[in-house]
Amino acid sequence: MATVQEETAAAVPVPLSAVNDFVIKFANVNGSGSASANELFAKSILRMGVPVSPRNIFPSNIQGLPTWYEVRVNERGWLGRRGGVDLMVAMNPQTWDADLAEIEPGGYLFYDSTKPLPRSKFRSDVHVIGVPLTQLCSEHYTVARERQLFKNIMYIGALSVLLEVEPDAIEKLLAEQYRGKEKLLDANRQAFQLGRRYVLDNLPHPIGLRVRRADNVGERIFVDGNTAAALGCVYGGATVCAWYPITPSSSLAEAFQKYCMKYRVDPASGANRFAIVQAEDEIASIGMVVGAGWNGARAFTTTSGPGISLMNEFIGLAYFAEIPVTIIDVQRGGPSTGMPTRTQQSDVLACAYASHGDTKHVLLLPQDPTECFEFAAAALDLADRLQTPVFVLTDLDIGMNQRLCEPLAWDDARVYDRGKVMTAEELDAGKEFGRYKDVDGDGIPYRTYPGTHPTKGAYFTRGTSRDPYARYSERGPDYVYNMERLLHKFDTARSLVPAPLPRSAAKPARFGAIYYGSTSPAMAEAIALLEQDGLQLDTLRVRAFPFAESVRAFIDAHDAVYVVEQNRDAQLRSLLINEFDLDPARVPAVLHYDGTPITARFIARAIGERVRTAAAQTSHAGAC
Amino acid sequence: MTFVAKPKLHHPTLPQNALCYTRRDYEGKISTLCAGCGHDSISAAIIQACWELSLEPHRLAKLSGIGCSSKTPDYFLGQSHGFNTVHGRMPSVLTGANLANRELIYLGVSGDGDSASIGIGQFVHAIRRGVNMTYIVENNGVYGLTKGQFSATADQGSTSKRGVVNADSPIDLIGLALQLGATYVGRSFSGDKAQLVPLIKGAIAHRGAAFLDVISPCVAFNNHAGSTKSYEYVRAHNDAVNRLDVIPARAEIAVDYSAGETVEVEQHDGSRLRLHKIDADYDPRDRIAAMNYVQQHQARGEVVTGLLYVDAEAEDLHAHLNTVTAPFNRLEAAELSPGAAVLAKINAGFR
Ligand SMILES: Cc1ncc(C[n+]2csc(CCOP(=O)(O)OP(=O)(O)O)c2C)c(N)n1
Ligand code: SF4
Ligand SMILES: [Mg+2]
Repeated sequence: MATVQEETAAAVPVPLSAVNDFVIKFANVNGSGSASANELFAKSILRMGVPVSPRNIFPSNIQGLPTWYEVRVNERGWLGRRGGVDLMVAMNPQTWDADLAEIEPGGYLFYDSTKPLPRSKFRSDVHVIGVPLTQLCSEHYTVARERQLFKNIMYIGALSVLLEVEPDAIEKLLAEQYRGKEKLLDANRQAFQLGRRYVLDNLPHPIGLRVRRADNVGERIFVDGNTAAALGCVYGGATVCAWYPITPSSSLAEAFQKYCMKYRVDPASGANRFAIVQAEDEIASIGMVVGAGWNGARAFTTTSGPGISLMNEFIGLAYFAEIPVTIIDVQRGGPSTGMPTRTQQSDVLACAYASHGDTKHVLLLPQDPTECFEFAAAALDLADRLQTPVFVLTDLDIGMNQRLCEPLAWDDARVYDRGKVMTAEELDAGKEFGRYKDVDGDGIPYRTYPGTHPTKGAYFTRGTSRDPYARYSERGPDYVYNMERLLHKFDTARSLVPAPLPRSAAKPARFGAIYYGSTSPAMAEAIALLEQDGLQLDTLRVRAFPFAESVRAFIDAHDAVYVVEQNRDAQLRSLLINEFDLDPARVPAVLHYDGTPITARFIARAIGERVRTAAAQTSHAGAC
Repeated sequence: MTFVAKPKLHHPTLPQNALCYTRRDYEGKISTLCAGCGHDSISAAIIQACWELSLEPHRLAKLSGIGCSSKTPDYFLGQSHGFNTVHGRMPSVLTGANLANRELIYLGVSGDGDSASIGIGQFVHAIRRGVNMTYIVENNGVYGLTKGQFSATADQGSTSKRGVVNADSPIDLIGLALQLGATYVGRSFSGDKAQLVPLIKGAIAHRGAAFLDVISPCVAFNNHAGSTKSYEYVRAHNDAVNRLDVIPARAEIAVDYSAGETVEVEQHDGSRLRLHKIDADYDPRDRIAAMNYVQQHQARGEVVTGLLYVDAEAEDLHAHLNTVTAPFNRLEAAELSPGAAVLAKINAGFR
């Protein structure tokens, strides 16, 4: 391996060396065709039985701006971001300096060495690997677009030799991708081999970072959360999808369309058992979902923060008039347009208390694509059961990145829970119908679908106050009865939503941590890092709002519970404090909100420092 | 199991329709609007139209936004489900409801503030999509419920009760509906029941987006000299292009009119729209001509009324989306979930 400053080679740290445990980051230009090559790279490692976790970091732009693809390779299966980069594939001159700065000391820089670069452009503590990609492409291809495109597959070839990724795994993936397009397949194969050949002939290989075949992937699947959530909606029986395009949620609606076209067409008539409307805005999207839900069809919309803001008036109507609504919010960086292509968990409060007046809403908080599937289907059931809006809060990190996760599962015996719907037979049998009357003591009233019965069960739905028989009323007691019943219903929801998942440390722990959603994989690794440091931590993954009582018990059982989340204002923590009337000092916040997914190192450092400070303070207090 | 409507017992002398229902069976709660409000006359026309069509009241869903006009669905068809939604957003809720169950009849009632001001976007897009509905705007040129502010349909130069002159140019919902592809477009006047009732009947029988702009004076805030939406103004400037009879499917054709006097259009359900021409040149099957006519006459201060345009061959949103004939709200897991075996295959594709 040639380092740039041969004369100071002694000062260069020992090259990083690791098998099946490193971070590689590709710095590309948006629209250059790098995405599919990078995905190929990640998948080939998976095919070798080694877990990977890639993340796209992309701009709000179609062509020309910087984009990154960070791949965590980890045999133990840590799927969160670790922090730091061991090998940078620097394909974008615009971001060169920043990319170079990110590399760990002793790490590697891979670059296109066609044009010589001055020494000042490199770091002395980083190992440099140059491959003249542009030159190789110019020698072998004539069309400009090909020269650009094949550069990508060529560096994958080069990397496969450097990291010992099995070429067969890549060739097989290429064959799958270009099945039936033999010409393209051949061209890609050639570029791949050109990259390999150059390294084999000209550079020391392999480097210190290597991939070795393992058996740690198993039955798991590799899919993004939006695709999985869309499948959850298909399996969960959604027939109406109304949406308005917004990153990072659009691919969810598009995936729903794709799967519906495949699996929801009546074979006899060729007609669709679904309706997808790209509405004129998010107000219309939610309005259509409200209308369909009112009329007994399962309906959902998908959006991101700005859309939630627009939907607020309707969310209040659905809450108050008690209409099933499913909203999948793939969160991004806010406020306003904020960081539209970056991730955050910053719509928690906006959704939990959405709309004017006193409202509270059910939130489901999936951690990965598998739970996106499960919770999307569950949301459709819960919305019908509870007759209220149900939010599935995912984020860009889960929604738009492929993640290794458990296979999606469906029980064919499962029937949809349509909730309390009174039928014409029941009405004829003399069952009393009071649309807003709590007859079962759970706060959930009965409803009828429009068109049910000629003379019984019709009612007028409105956002204004009414009595238990849906008659307009401005009487204080009628209003209060209804608002109290809605609270009681929310309490019923507590036992129906996914329960929080606790994990106890090996030894009794004084401190705990609460986290949710996409923080999950980084948290798992952070716990291991802290344990290595001798620090024990109990954890609780919250999966829904309203919170189960066990969440309060968990907080009560510890000296302090760190609430780890990806927003500036500690939104879930605020919700905990508010709902449980907690002393804020008992739930210190650990916050990461720069738009990149939280890392294990960040969490471990933040909690480690605080636990040590807290421990020092208490021992000091004890000495007094 | 289908449920057949059983009529309430009424005075035997009240006339009955084919379902043995009297008009009473189509009434709703007692109106709380101002005495003399045009909206109440429109409610009465809706009751009359539904009775004449022998509709089963529970097979119709009535939706509205917010406003005095939007309150009215509580005052007719008490056996129908109703939904008073949010201000200006009835069209989206109606669209969703229609997608959920295509078998019901959908009636949207709105005001000029509701549809032309806050809700203009939803009005426009529901029309564009061809939602199968009857969409009635009870147009009084003001916000009645919030006490008389101008709405977007108020004519330029017309004055408010307090004497303020409206400087903004008006939105003409008829012109918009024609341009956006509504397939049944009519204008009428709340004070002309003879014209309004058949227009509503034809709209209900129509498959596709049927839009009716009904001038409906607000006696509390917009019935003074200087208003172009007052009873007096509309009576003086009403330019009716035709008179409509709606003849149900399979009914005998009793009288023959000579070709120059009438136009007959058969709708998809077999019902016929027989139009008695008042303006001999007016052809309601020509969208562009209708737009020109309405514009020219409006420029002279006339209020053009009648069935202005109809496309009997129209298709609706369900046809555009190629949906199954069964209502979505009756589909169960067997028809909607692709099943575990398919999911296993999908999983395999993710490896
Ligand atoms: C979001 C919102 N803004 C304002 C209002 C107040 N508001 C109620 S009705 C109305 C105007 C109704 O006018 P129109 O639709 O013409 O009905 P009319 O009362 O004239 O029949 C307004 C502004 C509201 N209900 N909601
Ligand atoms: S205020 Fe005007 S629109 Fe409202 S009820 Fe009275 S007359 Fe009718
Ligand atoms: Mg009005």
